[in-house]
Order: sequence, then C-alpha cells, then structure tokens
Amino acid sequence: MDQELLLWVRGAGLQIATAVFVLGMSYRMLHLLMLGRKKSLAAARGSEWAGGLRTMWRRSFVLPELSPRGRFTVVSGYLFHIGFFVTFFFLSQHIALLRAVLGFGWPALPRGVIDIAAVLSLAAMIALLAHRLVDPVKRLLSDFQDYLTWTLSFLPLLTGFMLLREIGFEYVTLLTLHIASVELLLVAAPFTKLAHMFSTFIARWYSGAANGFKGIDA
Amino acid sequence: MSIQDIQIKVADAHSIGNINAILNEIATHLGNLVARGDNALIDLKSLPFSPDEYEGLRAMLGRGEVTARLDSIGDSEIYETHFPGVWWVTHYNVEGDIVADLIEIADVPAILHSQWEDVRTGLGRLRNILSQSE
Amino acid sequence: MSEHETLEQRLSEQGVSRRAFLKFCAALATMMALPPSSASAIAAALSQAKRPSVIWLSFQECTGCTESLTRSHSPTLESLIFDMISLDYHHTLQAASGHAAEQARDDAMKAFYGKYLLLVDGSIPLKDGGVYSTIAGRTNLDMLEEAAKGAAAIVAVGSCAAFGGLPNAQPNPTGAVAVSDIIKDKPIVNISGCPPIPAVITGVLAHYLTFGELPALDELGRPKAFYGETIHDRCYRRPFYDQGKFAKTFDDEGARNGWCLYELGCKGPTTHNACATTKWNGGAGFPIEAGHGCIGCSEPKFWDAGSFYTPLSAPAADVASISQAAAVAGAGAALALSATDRAKRQQVQQSREKLTLEDLKGN
Repeated sequence: MDQELLLWVRGAGLQIATAVFVLGMSYRMLHLLMLGRKKSLAAARGSEWAGGLRTMWRRSFVLPELSPRGRFTVVSGYLFHIGFFVTFFFLSQHIALLRAVLGFGWPALPRGVIDIAAVLSLAAMIALLAHRLVDPVKRLLSDFQDYLTWTLSFLPLLTGFMLLREIGFEYVTLLTLHIASVELLLVAAPFTKLAHMFSTFIARWYSGAANGFKGIDA
Repeated sequence: MSIQDIQIKVADAHSIGNINAILNEIATHLGNLVARGDNALIDLKSLPFSPDEYEGLRAMLGRGEVTARLDSIGDSEIYETHFPGVWWVTHYNVEGDIVADLIEIADVPAILHSQWEDVRTGLGRLRNILSQSE
Repeated sequence: MSEHETLEQRLSEQGVSRRAFLKFCAALATMMALPPSSASAIAAALSQAKRPSVIWLSFQECTGCTESLTRSHSPTLESLIFDMISLDYHHTLQAASGHAAEQARDDAMKAFYGKYLLLVDGSIPLKDGGVYSTIAGRTNLDMLEEAAKGAAAIVAVGSCAAFGGLPNAQPNPTGAVAVSDIIKDKPIVNISGCPPIPAVITGVLAHYLTFGELPALDELGRPKAFYGETIHDRCYRRPFYDQGKFAKTFDDEGARNGWCLYELGCKGPTTHNACATTKWNGGAGFPIEAGHGCIGCSEPKFWDAGSFYTPLSAPAADVASISQAAAVAGAGAALALSATDRAKRQQVQQSREKLTLEDLKGN
C-alpha cells in the first residue's frame, strides 16, 4: 500500500497538483496584469519604470524606524524565506526533480549549508507562529487563512527535514508525506495569499510606478 | 578507447565512515567485558561494508598473539586481534566459502572450549581403548 | 532417513562433533539473520526438529527463483538444510514426469495432510477461467486451492507469487494475482525479490525447520529478519547520501569515487531486502557494489513504479507537458475573463447617462 501511495503522489497526484498550480497561477497573474489602469491624462513628472524598479528593490530592506516588534517579524520572515528558497532550489534531490521537469539543472549546495538553512527556516516559522499567537495585535489581525498558509508552508519543510534524517517513520512514508505536503501547497497557492510568491513584485512595481509617475521619490 | 583508458580508483576506506561505527561498537562491548565480564558477538555479515572497508577493518584490528584453526565441516580460523579480548572468528564450509564471519568479544571464544558432550564421548572412547588393551 | 529423526541425531551418527554442530548453528544464525548469540537457542531447538515434507508448485514464472536457489553458494550448509526437508514435488527438479510426477504430489499431499510446507513460485492467472497457465490440464488456481487445503503454511517464493510480479504489471493481460490474493486461511510467508536471495529462501526454511513455526513477518508478509530494513539503511554508500555526494552519470567522477546512486534512480531507500548485507554470488557483492542502483524488485508493483533510472525525488509521470497545457489554459482563461471585464466596463460606460442640470434641479 505504501508503495502504491508513493507511486500515486509521484505520478498522478503530482500531475494534478502541478496542473492546478500552473493553471491557477497563470490565470491569476495574467488577469491581474490585464486589469490595467486608466490612462493618466496628467503629464508625467518622473519615470514609471525607475520608480517601479526602485520600489521593488527598496522594499526588500528593514526600515530603521521599525519597532522591535516589526523588526522581529521582518528578520524572521527573511530567515524563513531564504531558508525555504535555499532548501528548495539547492538541495541535490530537488535539483534532480527540477531537471526532470525543466530539462536543465544547476550545481547543488553542500548538505551542511542546506541543513543550516532548513533549521533556521523551521525555527523562524515556529517563532513567527508563536509571535502571532502571543502578540495581541497580530492575533487580532490573523484569520483562518493565515494559519492555513502557515501550516501549508511549514509541512513541506518539516517533512523534508525528517526525510533527510529518516526521523519517526520509514523512508517510503516520509517521502510520501513530503511530496503530498508539497502538493497541498501547490494546489492551495494560487487561491490563497500564498500567491504572493508571484504577485509581490508585481504589486511593488505597481505602487512604485504610480509614485514614480507622480514624481514622488519613495 | 582501450581498457587502459578506464580509470580505476581505489576509494579511501576511511573516508566512508562505516569502520568507525563498528570500532565504536567493539569498544563498547570491550568496556562491558572489562567491567562485568560480558561476552558479545558481532555478525560482520549483517553490517554494511565496502570491500575496502572490510580489509581496512582487518588492518585496523591487526593480529595478536593467538591463532587457532578448527577443522570441522570445513575450516574455521580464529585469532585474537591486536586488541586482547577481541577475536575474529571466520567459519568456512567444506567448499571454502565463508558461512559465518564474527567478531567475538570474550576472554576465550566459545567455540574453542571443549564441549561436554564431546568430552564424554571422548572419555568413553579412551576407556574403550584401555579396556581392550587390558 | 526416518521421518522422526532429528538433525542432531543425524549429525552425531555421521560422527559430527558437538563443536561442529555449534559451528553449524552459528552459520545458521547468520543465514537466518538472527543475532549471533541465538546460536545456542538454535542448537537447542534443532535437537527437537522434525523433517517436514515440502511441495513446490511453479505457476506463471520464469524459473529464475529456482535457478537462484539451486545456484546458491555454501552448498554444504544448504544441502544439510535440504537433507532435512523432503522435497516431494518440484516439477522442474524432480526426475519423474507426467502422471508419475502428479502422482507423487497427490501421495505427498495425502500422507502429510495438514503438515506439509507448500512453496509456490509464479503468479496465478485468473482471467478467462485461468486458462493462461495450466499444468497437466489443470489451471494454476485449481492446483493451488487443492494444495493449500492440506498445507501447514505457504511460502510464496519470488515477487510473482508474493505480489503478482511481472505478469501482474500493467496491463496485466492474464489477470495475474499473488498467492495471498487467493488463499486467505493459511499462514503465508512472502519471500519477494526478482529473484529472491537464495540464502533468504533457505533461511526461512531453516527457521521453520528449527523452530517449527514461521518467522516474524512485516505487514507485507515478508520475514522481518531479512526485510526489516531498507537497502539504503544497510548500504555501504549511505554515508555519501548523508553528505550529499551523488554520481550524476554512470561514468562521471562521482561514479568512479563510488558515491551514492540516488540521482541515477536507485530505489534503495524505498526497498526492503537483505542484498546489502547478505549479498549475491557467494558474497561477491550486490547491484550497488557493481555500480548500478537498486531497482526495487522486492517491493509490490515495482515494474509499474516509473523508470528504474528516475530519481525517487523526480516525478514518475510526465509533468512538464501537463504544466505547459495548464499554463496555456490559464492564460486563455485570464484573456477571456479580461475580455468580458472590458466588455462589461464599456457597456457600463455607454449606458451611463449624462447628468444634466435638470436632474439636479429635480432633486
């Protein structure tokens, strides 16, 4: 049974999840882009492109005026995102997967680096959840989707980490759980705030461009 | 391309790390022998080894003062390693294939002891000879 | 040899010493993959052991399992085991043929009813009334059901008998199934593998002979002593996996250095078998030692589990073309929706009436 389940998540399950992810994402992102804006009749006071690109870049830094609470969120958020990115794109096994899908690959990072990235990422996520639960403002602002997306992002990291060390279960079981957790993430991503993996930079460019057009140096 | 162009490398046995694991196990058992007189057996056929590592383990343990040969349903080679109390016991069948390959941690390997059944049979034989010569 | 004679008696009659018997038991412990310290328990049990009758039925199979067993190493030890069983029917190995052979089976089944051990290799075809494999005009299903009735236990030798194997692979034209799909009321041991390791076959027989019962089994009916761990768990290349050192092709630097074969499709992590320690060909090695990944032959459905050369982390089916189709469909949907959005906006704009001074006055 284990083997058949594994075969399904590696085969039909992955096909379904990828199809939903790609279809959903391409639909949502393209639709977003084509919403467009009304043509402004005012004379441009600055460049849309310069403003857009600048904002895409500048929003990537922690603002010095942030409160310690804000700084904690940003730093932990960064740790999680970098860890997730490094483990996803630079673990040898993942590159083998991406090579099979994309047709090309790239060199992997050493396992030690991946391990550190994964542990930091997991720790950051746990810290962020704890903060969300403890901090009254954050707790008030959180709804079901926040906890859902946290879980969906946390599970692939956790099961992947367990898989590399064979913690708790057999390899077959862990591999099945790991792939299944990623498939859940893929299926949910286009229709939740996880879609920010593509829309973040589009949104930043949009507001940056609007400001640039008006000549605001932000 | 000729066969000489194919590079063959001998991997460094110590780089893989399986030897260290078994040396640690031996050390633990040897500690128990010293502390409590506990005997222990390790089945080498149940452990993962590259061929180089197997030879590496042999070299690491070395040979000590005692070597014994058993001749029953094939040979058996039993020798104390460079570490007293650690014995390497290899049983062969008549064809010369290894049928059991063990590390025994004991003051004397069990198989070297005379077996009471055999001693009794032997005594019977000896008495038989004596009674015939009388 | 009489039916009631034990192995110990037989050996002592042959002038084999107690020490030699202990050596034999040490070898048996190794063979059964039991802890070496269990040799004395084996010695004690063997002094009670009786000689069981064995009937071996070959169904939809390639004889690879029998080849594996008869060409196994350490012939002395195995011949001792085989001296201890009475192989009363094996249509490939026995001298008798035709009616005489079938008669031998019938006789053994009657004489040892309820006590004989039934060994089966090959799957059983069920489609079209089981006509795709028959022996002496009888279907495999018929013969299995008859022989199973009087069996003390059944040993399914090889992946075909254990899980259906190659005949059961898609599209399974003969409707082949495993022994356990048909027989539900007898203890069944699955010794999977294509072929299974000979020492595992004899090890299970030795266990039955020694202790008079079947060894502990996993959830797929395989003896835990041999299938309790994965190839990966016991692989001497495992440290390279942990270090992330992988061969990328069969002739690159990594392959020459003996690195892990995961990315070349090795199924070791998901395959339970004893190859990595028991090894093949008289202990000469096992596939990974020869530089080829494990193909997972001791697991169910291994023929249908994607390519032998696809890494476990990679998809077992085509994902790329489905993604492309999905991207196109998504873009199409977005374009269509944008077009209706635009049309709606235009419609709203056109249907809007200009606000006049009169309207304001009216309010």
